Amino acid sequence: MRVKQISIFLENKKGRLLEALKALGREKINIRALSIADTLDFGILRLIVADPDKAKLVLEQSNFTVKENDVIAMAVKDQPGGLADVLSTLSNAGINVEYIYAFADKQDNDAVVVLRTENIDEGIKVLKKAGVHMLSAKEIYSL
Amino acid sequence: MSLIWNKKAECLLPLEKEQLQLERLQNIVRYAYEKVPYYKKAFDKSGVKPSDIKALKDIEKLPFTSKAELRDAYPFGMFAAPMEEIVEIHTSSGTTGKPVVMGYTVADIELWSEVMARSLTMAGCTRADIVQNAYGYGLFTGGLGVHYGARKIGANVIPISAGNTKRQLEIMRDFGSTILTCTPSYTLFLAESAKEDKIDLKSLKLKAGVFGAEMWTEKMREEIEKRLHLSATNIYGLTEIIGPGVAQECGVKHGLHLQEDLFYPEIISPEDLSVFSEGEKGELVLTTLTREGTPMIRFRTKDITSLRRGECKCGRTTIKMDRITGRSDDMLKIRGVIVFPSSIEKALLEINGLEPHYKIIITRPHQLDEIEVQVEASESLFSDEIRHMEETKRNIENHIEKSVGLKLKVTLVEPKTLPRSEGKAKRVFDQRELK
Repeated sequence: MRVKQISIFLENKKGRLLEALKALGREKINIRALSIADTLDFGILRLIVADPDKAKLVLEQSNFTVKENDVIAMAVKDQPGGLADVLSTLSNAGINVEYIYAFADKQDNDAVVVLRTENIDEGIKVLKKAGVHMLSAKEIYSL
Repeated sequence: MSLIWNKKAECLLPLEKEQLQLERLQNIVRYAYEKVPYYKKAFDKSGVKPSDIKALKDIEKLPFTSKAELRDAYPFGMFAAPMEEIVEIHTSSGTTGKPVVMGYTVADIELWSEVMARSLTMAGCTRADIVQNAYGYGLFTGGLGVHYGARKIGANVIPISAGNTKRQLEIMRDFGSTILTCTPSYTLFLAESAKEDKIDLKSLKLKAGVFGAEMWTEKMREEIEKRLHLSATNIYGLTEIIGPGVAQECGVKHGLHLQEDLFYPEIISPEDLSVFSEGEKGELVLTTLTREGTPMIRFRTKDITSLRRGECKCGRTTIKMDRITGRSDDMLKIRGVIVFPSSIEKALLEINGLEPHYKIIITRPHQLDEIEVQVEASESLFSDEIRHMEETKRNIENHIEKSVGLKLKVTLVEPKTLPRSEGKAKRVFDQRELK
């Protein structure tokens, strides 16, 4: 399902990632999932946190450029080929994945996958139809 | 002892020189006043008449002319000679706003050829030499200036113009060029390329170079001489006055001989515009003493230097100016192109969502100038997708290139990390070590 993700602009400068994480730590904001995309000049830190609005505020107060946007969250069987099955569903429907990141859940036998398609609704529709286990915001924030 | 092209003009005794300068100054001031409405208006406003020029010192009564006035006169407002007398036109290399347009009569081209013949001779050029002229030919004065001078001497000119490095090196080797004329930074680029093309610079016939159109240093001269195995000399000039050839270094390489029988120099304080005495460092102001097409009265070059009198070891008595060490405005020359940071700012502010905070950094990492503009990644520019961010960057780069005419690199930095505009924020960081 749709969940909120926050993205943070990081200059390729020593200590910037650490500073962002520290700011969140000070406010006791727990990170559920994280990924970093980087280029030669800059990076984008993407986070799933329990309280995205608060996280955005906290980071902005520390002078970070932050953006909130929706991504798709789902549970995928934590077994070989699990993610490939899901992605081929999207591929068959002609939907491009902009980026994706995942983490294995401690309790269930599932991996949590966060995924961004250009058209979120279209992506959700296709995945649902294929019977993929979608995760609600509540489920993912309380993991 | 090297040759002197025009002994009579270049070795004048102080008194005869002053007499000649005064006569010419009186003539040009009267001519400018009568032929160019701008000068008449400016002189009248300052309450000065051509007949007030009774001694050289009286030049200080005349108003200054700056680039802004020349731009306002676009295209032909500064022309003193009727259009049918103009045989050539050149413009300054600026890419912002309207260019400065200068007209040349037959006599002006002759004057230009003369000063360039003097300059090339100072560098060691004779009619037996082969001049590889790698300055750009066109509206820019570098190419044709050298061309006219070399022709006057009777040397063999190779009008190869700028660029095409591979071909430059081949011709240098195959035609046996002895004199190289180009920008100083290009020489080092040539040297690098020669290494790649396995051309041994030591085996070439190059003996001297006439390098200018941008600021450079003594350190760079050492580097050029070591790498290209030639004697590197510095040339100075500007389109507003004539083009290259206003001043040039002789073999002594201690200051540039300014052709003061044709151009009258002053050094002023850029702050209060008072005239400095000899030896003091300030802004160079030039008056053309014989120019017909577009006479220049007290033109503010914005170039910082100082002047020294006295006879040079080479035998010339012309006043010498030091290497240019800076500008009194914020003008930059990037790869030979004039750029004002304010025009980059203007282009930036035309982009939606861009914060008006920026930093311009100029470096010369591989012998050629590179310019980077840092802008803050505001929320409206930021995206969670790399693809969009790269696109944003490219859009800004393309927009600046379109309006300023310069390829540069845009880097996005974190918000509130760049200097703010309150007071005088330093936004331009020239790290080329030109001084």
